[in-house]
Amino acid sequence: MRTTAVVIGAGQSGLAASWWLSQRCIDHVVLERGEVANTWKRERWDSLRLLTPNWQSRLPGYSYQGNDPDGFRTMPETIAFIEGYAKAIAAPVQTRTAVVTVRRGSDGYEVETDRGLWQADTVIIATGAFNLPQIPAVAHAVPAGIATLAASAYRNPEQLDPGGVMVVGASATGAQLADEIRRSGRAVTLAVGEHVRVPRIYRGRDIQWWMDATGLLDEPYDAIDDIVRARNVASLQLAGYPDRRDVDLNALTAIGVKLVGRLAGINAEGKAQFSGSLRNVCALADLKMHRLLDAIDTWATERGLNTELAAPYRYEPTQIEAAPPLLLDLNRGSIKTIVWATGFRPDYSWLQIPVLDAKGNIRHDGGVVTESPGLYVMGLPFLRRRKSSLIDGAGDDARDITAHLAEYLGAKAPADRNVERSAAGA
Amino acid sequence: MTTATIEKPVNNGVNVDALLGAREALTKAPEAAQFKWRASVNWVNGTHSKSTVNGFYGLGAEQKHKSTFTFEADHPEVFASEDKGATPVELVLAGLASCLTAGVAAVAQLRGIQLRSVTATLEAGMDIRGILGADSDVRNGFDGVKVIYKIDADASPDDIKALVAQSQKRSAVYDIFTNPTNVTVEVQ
Repeated sequence: MRTTAVVIGAGQSGLAASWWLSQRCIDHVVLERGEVANTWKRERWDSLRLLTPNWQSRLPGYSYQGNDPDGFRTMPETIAFIEGYAKAIAAPVQTRTAVVTVRRGSDGYEVETDRGLWQADTVIIATGAFNLPQIPAVAHAVPAGIATLAASAYRNPEQLDPGGVMVVGASATGAQLADEIRRSGRAVTLAVGEHVRVPRIYRGRDIQWWMDATGLLDEPYDAIDDIVRARNVASLQLAGYPDRRDVDLNALTAIGVKLVGRLAGINAEGKAQFSGSLRNVCALADLKMHRLLDAIDTWATERGLNTELAAPYRYEPTQIEAAPPLLLDLNRGSIKTIVWATGFRPDYSWLQIPVLDAKGNIRHDGGVVTESPGLYVMGLPFLRRRKSSLIDGAGDDARDITAHLAEYLGAKAPADRNVERSAAGA
Repeated sequence: MTTATIEKPVNNGVNVDALLGAREALTKAPEAAQFKWRASVNWVNGTHSKSTVNGFYGLGAEQKHKSTFTFEADHPEVFASEDKGATPVELVLAGLASCLTAGVAAVAQLRGIQLRSVTATLEAGMDIRGILGADSDVRNGFDGVKVIYKIDADASPDDIKALVAQSQKRSAVYDIFTNPTNVTVEVQ
């Protein structure tokens, strides 16, 4: 089978790419290993809601039409939204088609699937950044008798032993799991490394509204001093609960979550060792949040919005006990389960084109894989702009990337394409 | 986030361009980033010893300091010693102080903040029943370290706090203090 563009993955990125390819009259297929929105369906916990408000999921030619624009979608609602998009735009999705390998062929690319071979001039990888859990090496030293699971395997507190739980990682996932598991009555210890603290609501507006309105989410990747660092920044410590409550460390402490430093090791006696850097990672997060709020206040003043908004305010510094524990004996029975909320990484095991760096990430320039012309990647953190990994970022990135792709096709073989067109017209 | 405007060049005596150049070069050649730091020690008498540092390995080759540096260590008279040098734990504190302060200068330079003065005092608590073997529940090392900086600079109080926080984030000695390190001691 031959097509002009193969898009791998039918999540928000792949579907937005499909919409734009159709606009540009570029023949294509979207290959999906499972069903549309597969990761949302199978690899997230039951109570998860999107961290962005309903109004903010704007896909090309499609947006929220309900009566709760400020609410946060549940997973079934998110799945329905993305499935609805696939239908609305009549995306040429071939479901239940797993890509086995992608390699360069004699003319373009060869995409081998478990349901046949596709040949294409171009390939857009839209499989996302969150395919495999990133489990720290220290996991091997967890004493027998303690259950361990990755956040992607967590569904709800009922699947856990009633005893104590250590959640490792305090970004969006770890903070939400610590909150939910603690509220189920279990004792929770939260190991906290570098994190990004933000309030859900500031001056009466959602933090995502502020980041959108001030242009922060549209900041382009090529205007950032240190894009490598920006692409690796932890996810915002946020939840999308209907009551809009915060899940920052002070909120978690208030419900009885015990904060400890980053899990630095587990020694030969089975004692977990926590970093003594907890105070500093909290100081960094507090300072960074206040810089963001300063920038928001400056923007609001410049726009003359102060009269219609609540007055500016600042949050309590993160409260840390005088001497947080540095050791926790895992053999004493106080911890029955360890949940790794230590991030995800992409899976490119099927990609047989040498474009990966030493850490297994695709080398790209704003989604354009320059080392392999005609190859593109989408949906990664800060791919082209700060919102690139949000549903709301898929449209703008897809427009830019398909524009580059169209130009590449035009430069590649303008004569051939003219012949094809006249043949089709004859 | 740059705080100062570029009216007059900031000079904290740190060659930031060289550091950024090194970071870029070493990202592409991680093997050259592998360093080995060394020290050697000679016992003198009692608790008095002399350590020296000179050679180290890095950038793919053996390197040398401009001269050999010597550190005398001993214990004070309250420990029935002759007090011919700082106690080893004080040398460790000095290492933390120097590392964090170097970081403050480098981060300030990078952020365009002119420093006028930087001082810090450090204090570390220790229950010496640990090292005396008098109570096995007491650890040998510090029960905590407190560092207090006083910094005069062309920057807001929050920007100065951010300098000190970022310096901790990038400090080798801070990391050595706050995270466990495997130590292997052999006898030949």
